[in-house]
Amino acid sequence: MVTLAIEALRVSLGKAEILHGIDATIGAGALVGVIGPNGAGKSTLARAIAGLPGTAAGRVTIDGDDVAQLPRASLARRIAYLPQGQTVHWPLSVERIVSLGRLPHLAPFSGVSTADRAAIERAMARADIVALRDRPVTELSGGERARVLIARALAVEAPALVVDEPLAALDPGHQLQVMDLLRGEAAAGKLVIAVLHDLAMAARFCDRLILIHHGRLIADGPPAAVLTADFLSDCYNIRAWTGTIEGQPVVLPLSLSGSA
Amino acid sequence: MIRTSPRPFLLIAALAIAALLLGIASLLTGPTRFGSGEIAHILAGGGDPVLRAVLLELRLPRALLGLLVGGMLGLGGAVLQGYLRNPLAEPSVLGTSNAAALGAVIALYFGLSQAHPLALPLLAIAGALIGLAPLLLLAGRAESPLSLILAGIAVGTLAGAGISLALNLAPNPFAAMEIMSWLMGSLEDRSFDHVRLALPCIIVGAAMLLWKAHALDALSLGEDAAQTLGVDLGRLRLRLLIGIAIGVGGAVAVSGAVGFVGLIVPHLLRPLTDRSPSALLLPSVLGGAALLSAADIAVRLIPTDIELRLGVLTALLGVPVFLYHLARERRLW
Repeated sequence: MVTLAIEALRVSLGKAEILHGIDATIGAGALVGVIGPNGAGKSTLARAIAGLPGTAAGRVTIDGDDVAQLPRASLARRIAYLPQGQTVHWPLSVERIVSLGRLPHLAPFSGVSTADRAAIERAMARADIVALRDRPVTELSGGERARVLIARALAVEAPALVVDEPLAALDPGHQLQVMDLLRGEAAAGKLVIAVLHDLAMAARFCDRLILIHHGRLIADGPPAAVLTADFLSDCYNIRAWTGTIEGQPVVLPLSLSGSA
Repeated sequence: MIRTSPRPFLLIAALAIAALLLGIASLLTGPTRFGSGEIAHILAGGGDPVLRAVLLELRLPRALLGLLVGGMLGLGGAVLQGYLRNPLAEPSVLGTSNAAALGAVIALYFGLSQAHPLALPLLAIAGALIGLAPLLLLAGRAESPLSLILAGIAVGTLAGAGISLALNLAPNPFAAMEIMSWLMGSLEDRSFDHVRLALPCIIVGAAMLLWKAHALDALSLGEDAAQTLGVDLGRLRLRLLIGIAIGVGGAVAVSGAVGFVGLIVPHLLRPLTDRSPSALLLPSVLGGAALLSAADIAVRLIPTDIELRLGVLTALLGVPVFLYHLARERRLW
C-alpha cells in the first residue's frame, strides 16, 4: 500500500507563490477530494504531487521518495496523472490514446507487449469505452472524451492516481459514472486524489476532503467535518444547505454569503 | 466516418519499394543511356571505362544523395510536426535550413568554395550548428513550443538577412548568380565526396531523431501529461534540436535549399498511418527519399535549356499538393 506525504510544500509559478506551505499525509484505499474556490491552488497542488516543476520549498514523497528527485520514467510508473482540460493534438483512435498510458513501461524502439495490451483492455473496460475503441478521439462528445482520457490514466496501472477536475463538462449521469469509477479504484487499494469543483459530488463520494484557500490548507477531514457552514462561507463566500440524504452528506449552495 | 485500420508494415514496405525503384530510375536517368547488359558488366567490375565513370561516379552519388537528403528532410518535418504539434512545421521553422544556407553562401561569397570543393558543404554544416547556439540560449529551458518557434524565426531571419547582405554586396552579377543558383537547390554534379560528407551527418541526425520516438506520442496529450508519462522535456528538446541541426545541416550542405519536402511528405502520409507522430517517422523517411528522387528525375527529364533547379520544382509541386490537402482537411473537420 502506497503512502503520499506532502511536507511544508511551497510552489511558485513565475514570481508568484501559489502554495504557502501545505502539509498532508494521504494513504491508499480512500478517495481523497481536493476542493477550494477558483485560484486556490488545487491544480498547482495536483501538479506538484505529480512531480511537475515549480516546487520552491518543502517536498512531496511517495513511500519516502521525493517525487521531484525521482527519474521521470520511474515516477511515471508510480503516479498516474490526468491534467485539467481535454488536450489531444492529433485525431488518434481511442485505443491509441489509451495505449499512451503504457509509455512509462516501454523500452526505446519496443512495441506494446501482451501485458500492456491486457492493461489497455482493462482500462477501456473500466471506463466503459470498449465500444468506442476505433473512433477518432476528436470526433467524440465531451463526456466520451473525458472517459477516454481517464482510461489513459488508468492504463498506467500506477499505485497512485491524481486526477484534476475529471467532472468538468460532464452531465450528471457521466459525473456519477466517473465518481463511481474513482471510488472503485480507491476501493481496489489505490491511492486516489481528485481535484473537484462540484461540492455535491465531493460530499457524496469522497472519503476525505482537503479544503484549500489562498494557497493554504484550511480543513482536512471527512466531508461532514469540512463542508460546514463556516468553512463554506469563509472560502467560497456562499451560504449552503447541508444535510444528509441516504446516509450521505449533501451540500446545496443557496446564495452568496451576506446577500441573504 | 469510416477509417480503414492502418497497416504500418504494408505502408512501409510499399514506400521502401517506391524509394528503391525511384533510386534505380534516378541511376538510369540522363543523356547517357545504359542497357541492362552494360550495367551488369559495370557492376561486375568491367565494362567501358567512360560509361563506368558516368554510372558510378556521377549517377550513383546523385541517386544516393537524392534518397539521403529526401529521407532526412521528410524525417525532419515529421519529427518537428510531432514535437511542435503543428502540421505546418518543417525544418525551416527552426532556422536550421537558413543557417546552413548562410554558411554555404559565405563559402561562395569569399571564394572558399573554389579553393576547396568541400569548403562549401563544411561551412554549411558549421552554419547549421552555429545556428543552434542561439536556439538553445533563447529557448533551451522553456517548456512551450512557442518560445522555440519564436527563437527559430529569429535565427532564420538573421541568417536570411546575412544571405541578402551577401547578394547585396556581391562584387559582380556572376557572383550573385552563383549564390542564387545554389540557393535554389540541386543535386547536379555531386561526387562521392559529398556522399561521404552528408552520410555520417544524416545517419547521426536521423538516429537522434528516431530514438525514443514514443516521447512525441506522449506530447499529443500536452506537456504536463507527457512529463508524467516519463518524458524528460528538456532532454527531448535538446536531442531533437541537435539531431535536426546535424541531419538537416548535412542535407542542405550537399543539396542547397530544397523546400516543401519536409512539410508535404508527413502531410501526405499521415492519413495512411494511425496518426500518431511516432508511426509517421519511418514512412516519412522513405516517402521523402522517394519524393526527392522523383523530383530529381523530373528536373532531368523536363526539357529546358538550363537544368531546372530542384528547389524550384519541389516548391512548384508542393504548393498544389498542400492546397489540395488543406481543402480536404477543412472539409473533414
